[in-house]
Amino acid sequence: MADPRLDVIGQWLAGARQIVAVCSGKGGVGKSVIAATLALILKRRGNRVGLLDLDFTSPSTHVILGVEGLQPEEERGIIPPLAHGLRYMSIVYYAVDKPAPLRGVDVSNAIIELLSITRWGELDYLLIDMPPGIGDATLDMIRLTRGIHFLLVTTPSRVAFETVRKLLVLLQELGVPVVGVIENMVMRPSTHIRDQVERLGAPYLGAIAFDPELEEALGDVERLMETKFADGVGCVASELEGRAL
Amino acid sequence: MAEGVVSTTARIAKEQGLDVVTEVVVRLGELQHVDHEILEFALDQLRTPIMRDAKFILESISTKLRCRVCGEQWLFSPEALGEEISEAIHFVPEMAHVYLKCPRCGSPDYEVVEGRGVWLASIKGVKRDG
Repeated sequence: MADPRLDVIGQWLAGARQIVAVCSGKGGVGKSVIAATLALILKRRGNRVGLLDLDFTSPSTHVILGVEGLQPEEERGIIPPLAHGLRYMSIVYYAVDKPAPLRGVDVSNAIIELLSITRWGELDYLLIDMPPGIGDATLDMIRLTRGIHFLLVTTPSRVAFETVRKLLVLLQELGVPVVGVIENMVMRPSTHIRDQVERLGAPYLGAIAFDPELEEALGDVERLMETKFADGVGCVASELEGRAL
Repeated sequence: MAEGVVSTTARIAKEQGLDVVTEVVVRLGELQHVDHEILEFALDQLRTPIMRDAKFILESISTKLRCRVCGEQWLFSPEALGEEISEAIHFVPEMAHVYLKCPRCGSPDYEVVEGRGVWLASIKGVKRDG
């Protein structure tokens, strides 16, 4: 028995020049807000950008982007609709606002299904908002997506960084390219995380200061783009644009 | 879906050294609610020269579900679903866990024992050297 889905994933992703998974070992560090904001900034700089929310059990980029009422177009698979100029794909098109209680094998199957039906077209960047941890989604994306790069997000917390350190070591051991590590929600200057990241031989992409205005800006992309948080993500976008991944 | 079937057929034919594919058996789990006529039409549009005269046999497989909480087993029945739910499960069969519960205990924690999606069950063909 052969799974015909696996033979088309590469075909549908072939038009994406750079595929970047925004990930972390821990939840609550700002992956989704960074992924969504990074996507918007890259788009506003003239790039063709896709955003795929792979956090099936706790999707949130639609809330951050204020997306409502969109549905993919069906044509030999599905074509992600445009949200603020982004080709945007999320499980919420199908689960709507209901809980999606999925075990690991179901998560894997849903990832394979979405990748095998979603026709992204030509993109400069496909950003993927990953669920936290070193679980099925991370392993599946490494297995299924040729040329994928990982962008890691931590906070200054030693607890958060310990999980990110493990993720980073895993990616390095597997030879998976790492764009670098972002330190998010920084409340006071410290070189601790930078030192740790550089000791592990990975690029430290910078610190994004904790922004008390951010929460109020979620769901309103114009307001989001005006936050200091977005300025910080803009520096990461410049790093990304400056590298040929 | 049809692209996947054609691509996988071509890959397996190449791996097995087949010059001509004569028959492909595709198993379709009822959970995904695939329209056979539409799939057959798409396969006809997409078939490559190596499978030009191949017969695509589409077999329906009943979807058997088993609750992980109470052990209940039951057969999925698409008739009771509305169009939107049916479509959601068609595109991503795991959405069944969003909309369907165990008929005995109400849990969404069940496994799809068989009949989830699309599988290539077998390919027959001819090698030029024998």
